[in-house]
Amino acid sequence: MLLALWASCVLAQDPVLERRVTSLSHELRCLVCQNQTLADSNAPLAIDLRNQIREQLAAGKSERDVVDFMVARYGDFVLYRPPLKGSTILLWAGPFAFVVVGFTLLVRVVRRRRIAAPQLSDAERSRAAKLLE
Amino acid sequence: MKRALWTLGIFVALVALLAVGLRLDPREVPSPLIGKPAPPFELPLLTEPDKRFSQKDMLGKVWIMNVWASWCPPCLVEHPVVTRIAQSGLAPVVGLNYKDARDDALPWLKRNGNPYQLIVFDANGRIGIDYGVYGVPETYVIDRKGVIRYKHIGPLNADVVKQKVEPLVQQLNSGG
Amino acid sequence: MIPELGQIALALALAVAIIQAVLPLAGAANGNRAWIAVARPAAQTQALLVAFAFGCLTYAFVNNDFSVAYVADHSNSALPLHYRVSGVWGGHEGSLLLWTLMLGVWMTAVSWFSGHLPEEMTARVLGVMGIVSLGFLAFMLFTSNPFDRQFPPAIDGRDLNPLLQDPGMVIHPPMLYMGYVGFSVAFAFAVAALLSGKLDAAWARWSRPWTTVAWMFLTLGIALGSGWAYYELGWGGWWFWDPVENASFMPWLIGTALIHSLAVTEKRGGFRSWTVLLAIIAFGLSLLGTFLVRSGVLTSVHAFAVDPKRGIFILGLFTVLIGGALALYAWRTSRIGLGGEFAPVSRESFLLANNVLLVAAAGAVFLGTLYPLLIDALGAGKISVGPPYFESVFVPLMAPALFLMGVGPLARWKHTTIPELAVLLRWALAVSLAVGLLLPLAFGQWHALTGFALALAVWIVATALISLKKRPRGSRAHLGMVTAHIGVAVFVVGVTLVKTYESDKDLKMKPGDTVSLAGYLFRLDQVTNVKGPNYVAARAKVLVTRNGEAITVMYPEKRLYVVQNMPMTEAAIDPGPTRDLYVSLGDPFDDGSWLVKVQHKPFIDWIWVGCLIMALGGLLAASDRRYRVVLPRRRGAEVTA
Repeated sequence: MLLALWASCVLAQDPVLERRVTSLSHELRCLVCQNQTLADSNAPLAIDLRNQIREQLAAGKSERDVVDFMVARYGDFVLYRPPLKGSTILLWAGPFAFVVVGFTLLVRVVRRRRIAAPQLSDAERSRAAKLLE
Repeated sequence: MKRALWTLGIFVALVALLAVGLRLDPREVPSPLIGKPAPPFELPLLTEPDKRFSQKDMLGKVWIMNVWASWCPPCLVEHPVVTRIAQSGLAPVVGLNYKDARDDALPWLKRNGNPYQLIVFDANGRIGIDYGVYGVPETYVIDRKGVIRYKHIGPLNADVVKQKVEPLVQQLNSGG
Repeated sequence: MIPELGQIALALALAVAIIQAVLPLAGAANGNRAWIAVARPAAQTQALLVAFAFGCLTYAFVNNDFSVAYVADHSNSALPLHYRVSGVWGGHEGSLLLWTLMLGVWMTAVSWFSGHLPEEMTARVLGVMGIVSLGFLAFMLFTSNPFDRQFPPAIDGRDLNPLLQDPGMVIHPPMLYMGYVGFSVAFAFAVAALLSGKLDAAWARWSRPWTTVAWMFLTLGIALGSGWAYYELGWGGWWFWDPVENASFMPWLIGTALIHSLAVTEKRGGFRSWTVLLAIIAFGLSLLGTFLVRSGVLTSVHAFAVDPKRGIFILGLFTVLIGGALALYAWRTSRIGLGGEFAPVSRESFLLANNVLLVAAAGAVFLGTLYPLLIDALGAGKISVGPPYFESVFVPLMAPALFLMGVGPLARWKHTTIPELAVLLRWALAVSLAVGLLLPLAFGQWHALTGFALALAVWIVATALISLKKRPRGSRAHLGMVTAHIGVAVFVVGVTLVKTYESDKDLKMKPGDTVSLAGYLFRLDQVTNVKGPNYVAARAKVLVTRNGEAITVMYPEKRLYVVQNMPMTEAAIDPGPTRDLYVSLGDPFDDGSWLVKVQHKPFIDWIWVGCLIMALGGLLAASDRRYRVVLPRRRGAEVTA
């Protein structure tokens, strides 16, 4: 445990690396304290996984590689940003679809109300104009 | 009218979903490793630090790996079940002592009994991460070719052993 | 003895609720004046009985009666008095009693302030509220009785969860519940309108202030919850898109859509059917939230003790109440009729656009919150939907709504023109763009999104001021709207600036060490051990200076609550109008040093101040004169609306 902390302290000297670790840790879910990100959780596993992230990024792996590493071991559950796959198309497209459907209905309603407005004949129009003078 | 029916339809679907949800456990994280080869490791034994063991050593046999630690109360709760499995001769049970200290683990075994054929010592939990361990105890069933076929998260109980573990091991042993 | 009295009071309340649910509704349908007249006294009696039961439970807590299981689970003799009181709603059973109490409060208010409504309408509204109350009382008595005894009585209690031992915890649930339960009034009104087949501008004029007040409470409740999470949970976050947070946010979004839709119904008699549907959905989402917290269907930090039996009961209640209302809606909505006409460019259409965006946003939050459950139920695995999803989806939906907030209030009802609006808005647009382009530079780094968000915030304020200038002697309701919109702008500024420019440092420090962040120098002076009423703690003393000048001294603590053996991080916060400084202690090392996290959070308090201003706007709007003019009630005759 102390070894892990020491290792993380040594590597923690590099602020750019730390920023990458933190930003990636914010995208991953802690498996133990499941309502926290890996960045915020103090569970031992979270600390271990943060160290893993740090070591791998320091060794030259990309964010993508680290994410794949985590998913291979823990599944999609560990990702707070759901991956775009067949099963999540509805999720990602949904909000956009809501807006499109909503505005389509809005246009329809507005059109309906407009048509309902009375149309004056020319005679009525000139009468109205005379009255308004 | 159409709007109302749409809303009712969504409502009914929602209630159905929630009803199903009542029988699910949102906290359980199934393992993506099922059907994949057991991640390789080579670790010292807990009891004899000079000797090492690798998952390769079990190829050709169906075996069970039980992840435990002395600081884990549910591990103590499931210990009699694990012991019974080992004693029944169903399959060899290998222990993975996870993020523990020898000075705590050995007395724990002395107090509660050691049912394991052998125990590997994963002090820093790296191998645990490779196996997707997130909450001890966890138990894996691995087949002859070294592929993980089943994972149970949390303490084992007699029901799970009877309904899941035993049938699977028997099936794998007979040729599955 | 007292707990038994409380239980009897609840059982009596259930009996009264049954009467209140059945007689007035039947009476309104048949014109039976005697039955209609039962509504008010029944509501008031029920409220009194529930209040009495609540008092009994409070008494049990204050007097450390550990023979009551609920008290034993959530209290302790060493717990300070004010937390023994707030512990009453610290767990599932007690919080249900709080819910029911709030319902009693709202029912009583309705029974007092409905003098100028037709008697049948009042009877129907109270009757529907009676059905809701019946559901909750039954739920308590049959599955979640707060007065259950245990033998032998516990020697001492298991203590209130330390996270809840906090002033914010005292007030957050009551406010939140006032909001949730308040939407039951709007719901009852909607159902009453469907039952009677009558829905007109007068109906809207009556339900609008009640809905606005409920919305105000919900705004406060959510803001309090967020503020509490910020200073209590110890890591500086204030919104996590946690399922239970979302469960409170969804009714807020729909509630906001509802108060805007009601504006059209009240002013122009339009959107009637849609307003009714929104009211049903708003309350439906309140109930859904209640379900989600207590059923174990989703994991959350907020979840109460989980019991599938309870989940089934609430789901049943939800199905009956909302399903029933929706079925009634499908059947009777055609009777309500259409409203007035309006042109494509008019205040009505802008409000309609507002509604589309808010409902889409609520839909997005709903989708994200329930999607993991859907995937799991379909056997397609387990996924997580967290802040990255919600942020990428919610912000683009809200941005147009923020823009429209500037345009809508300046558009005339029924018909307006784009040129007319452009003339009013051109300076506001120019100023907003200028600020959006320049202000981020003042803070350091320029980001396009930051500039865009700031421009929107300035746009809202500028257009609000134009709106005030256009109607200098506008009504209090108008002032309320302007205030609430400005509150939104303040909120947006807070969120944007803190998310763009916040910074933190996480490091190992021993006494004497310093760390600098955002121009401030933090020095760890010493760490001492202190003792609280029911905890022990390590308290650090951190001196903060800037350019050599002393700014403040901060005392973060790492507490251990002895009864539950639960550690807690008590962060130290130095609040300010332009920034918060946030210092929290992590774990200690063997050599006497500590893991310390220091954070600089610019303008973060604007988030909650913005919410307060929004709530103030709601209060102003609801207290407008037009709602307080009460027509004299002529006994025995109908008052036409």
